[in-house]
Amino acid sequence: MQVVVLAGGLSPERDVSIRSGRRVAEALRAAAPDWEVLERDIDADLLGDLSSMQPDCVVPLVHGAAGEDGALRDVLECLGLAYVGSRPNPSRMAFDKTIAKAVVEVDTPASVSLPHSTFRELGAAGVLRALDARLGLPVVVKPARGGSALGASVVREPGDLPAAMVGAFAYGEVALIEAFVIGMEVAIGVIDTGAGPRALPAVEIVPDGGFYDYAARYTAGTTEFYVPARLADDVAARAADAAVAVHSLLKLRDWSRIDFIIDAAGTPWFLEANVAPGMTETSLVPQALTAAGEDIGSMMVSLVNEAVTRV
Amino acid sequence: MTDAHGNRLDPWVDAYATRARGMTASEIRALFAVASRPEVVSLAGGMPYVSALNLDAMADTISDLVRTRGTQALQYGSGQGDAVLREQIGEVMAEVGITGHPDDIVVTTGSQMALDLVTRVFCDPGDVVFVEAPSYVGALGVFRAYECTVIHVPMDDEGLQPVALAEAIGRARAQGLRPKMIYTIPSFHNPGGITQGPQRRRDILDIAQREGLLLLEDDPYGLLGFDDVGFGDAPPRAIRADDADGVVYLGSFSKTIASGLRVGWALAPHGVREKLVLAAEAAVLCPSNYAQMTISSYLATQPWREQVKVFRETYRERRDALLDELTRQMPEGTTWTHPAGGFYSWLTLPEGLDATAMLPRAVAALVAYVPGTGFYVDGSGRQHMRLSYCYPEPERIREGVRRLAGVIETEVELAATFGTGHTLHDPAGPSTPTPDQA
Repeated sequence: MQVVVLAGGLSPERDVSIRSGRRVAEALRAAAPDWEVLERDIDADLLGDLSSMQPDCVVPLVHGAAGEDGALRDVLECLGLAYVGSRPNPSRMAFDKTIAKAVVEVDTPASVSLPHSTFRELGAAGVLRALDARLGLPVVVKPARGGSALGASVVREPGDLPAAMVGAFAYGEVALIEAFVIGMEVAIGVIDTGAGPRALPAVEIVPDGGFYDYAARYTAGTTEFYVPARLADDVAARAADAAVAVHSLLKLRDWSRIDFIIDAAGTPWFLEANVAPGMTETSLVPQALTAAGEDIGSMMVSLVNEAVTRV
Repeated sequence: MTDAHGNRLDPWVDAYATRARGMTASEIRALFAVASRPEVVSLAGGMPYVSALNLDAMADTISDLVRTRGTQALQYGSGQGDAVLREQIGEVMAEVGITGHPDDIVVTTGSQMALDLVTRVFCDPGDVVFVEAPSYVGALGVFRAYECTVIHVPMDDEGLQPVALAEAIGRARAQGLRPKMIYTIPSFHNPGGITQGPQRRRDILDIAQREGLLLLEDDPYGLLGFDDVGFGDAPPRAIRADDADGVVYLGSFSKTIASGLRVGWALAPHGVREKLVLAAEAAVLCPSNYAQMTISSYLATQPWREQVKVFRETYRERRDALLDELTRQMPEGTTWTHPAGGFYSWLTLPEGLDATAMLPRAVAALVAYVPGTGFYVDGSGRQHMRLSYCYPEPERIREGVRRLAGVIETEVELAATFGTGHTLHDPAGPSTPTPDQA
């Protein structure tokens, strides 16, 4: 079996993607020593190389646009290659938080998505006042498309909204302004190796600075994780069901990571779905796998075996 | 299973020294990781254009060295550095007017190590180092690591302002602080692209002498001048040429031969030299004999002055491309320095814009620069960026400036919409690229 792990690309999450790809490739090599596992960046030679190599399976671990917005997966399908992960259209829907929030039939914080042009044409002050009236404060402002909390910030004072918008628009054309739900931040991995989607133990995230930003995500020691999350059994079960529901409603495939805030009443509020979850040393799905008594290599071998049966 | 304490994924998290607190993952560095891709025109890193080096000649030099003196080159050497090389460094320094005894030279792993050694020997936590505003990021990192108090002093068109320097020293003394050192890059400043004229150098030296402060002169670009900055056809005369006792001079072969060999040096007064050697031995035992002897053989057998000319012409052409295209493309309200040598120009954005906030948009547009904040210890520099012209070909530089102009124009529009060009969150961690990310 020849497997190509795709990682890197040109998004701001390039570095994270390379680390994720390296870790998954190493785990695959350890779990399946007979397989040939290659790591490959995204560049102009990729398609020619894949066409000539005709690998048995591709594992796309490119984060951010292209990797998660369905485009790369569309190209893999055009080439007739088997790959691990969600198909193009579900990826597209999941990557755009605005669309994902509209599609899933679970609780999700109230939000508004607006492009820069709306603020420019209608006047930022008026639009921001309307947002304040609709959502109140605090709110979370983030790019509608993108990951790793790049360009995201929590706004607690009205005067901070303009700067938060500038930060979000630095990473994309559309900003999502979302009501801030007070509660426990959790991430739930969903795995489907052929027997239907199942939730891994929820990972509870407690960043030192209160906000799970880029530095908190990728600096070991700056965030405390509890796996499984410190939830009552019924709340944990409800969150797991919600994660599987989101995975299914978005028609995701193989694996995903679904992020929630769980409020004091135990309600999981859906934030976003990820079709190429981070797999670095500080990422969440690997921690959940460990807590479940599983490992990256075995899971990926199962997903690759499942993927090759689909071609 | 629910732990009383969660997992921080780093068992040593409570053991790190206080000075390690700022060592976090960096959003800005994540962007620089993209900048290393060939699709991106990187005006960010300061990588010398080693392709202009005669690689065949270097290959012959290395091959001959290993074949004929390999047992010495691949062995430990002296902590102070190879004696032959130190003689040759004397010849190199003569180009900038310095007469120094080889015994007073300490060869280091790049001049960065010399910076570290001098700071280690001179500065206790809290001691004040006066630096230009802005200043070299690598020096700021060293001063921070030794817990120095860094005070930025403004520059004008001729660099560090003497009046402002004297005032800053006075204020520091009045506050009960301990001024210790003045750190300056007088020729083709990094990142400012500014050069001190002869009188300015004398004025700064006068202040250092009067105040009893060590002057740390960092001169990696001194031989890479294009225009006359008051010294005629000669390279700018080093400050050290006029004071052997009060100045420690740092030099480097990184820009004139090859940065990958990591060979630099410090020229220091006798007493200081002794301490630097002991500090060097504690840090690395000795600099690489192999790298030193490669440089030494190259200097002895190759026309190194001609090679420096080649570098100079290469960088002059690139400087011209950058300045010309900036003039053509930059929107109103943008200004930049006109370097007479070296690698960098310092660009000031229109009022209200923030180079750090703008960087993601620039990288998405496939152009990169270093935001000005990296060159200050106090968060200043948001309206500025460093543009490096040393590595990309002239046409790529022009393309990069065209892309950058588009990004700035969009940013002007964004700032007009929201009344601010700043972002709410301040990215943590280093805001400059790693050395290998051009």
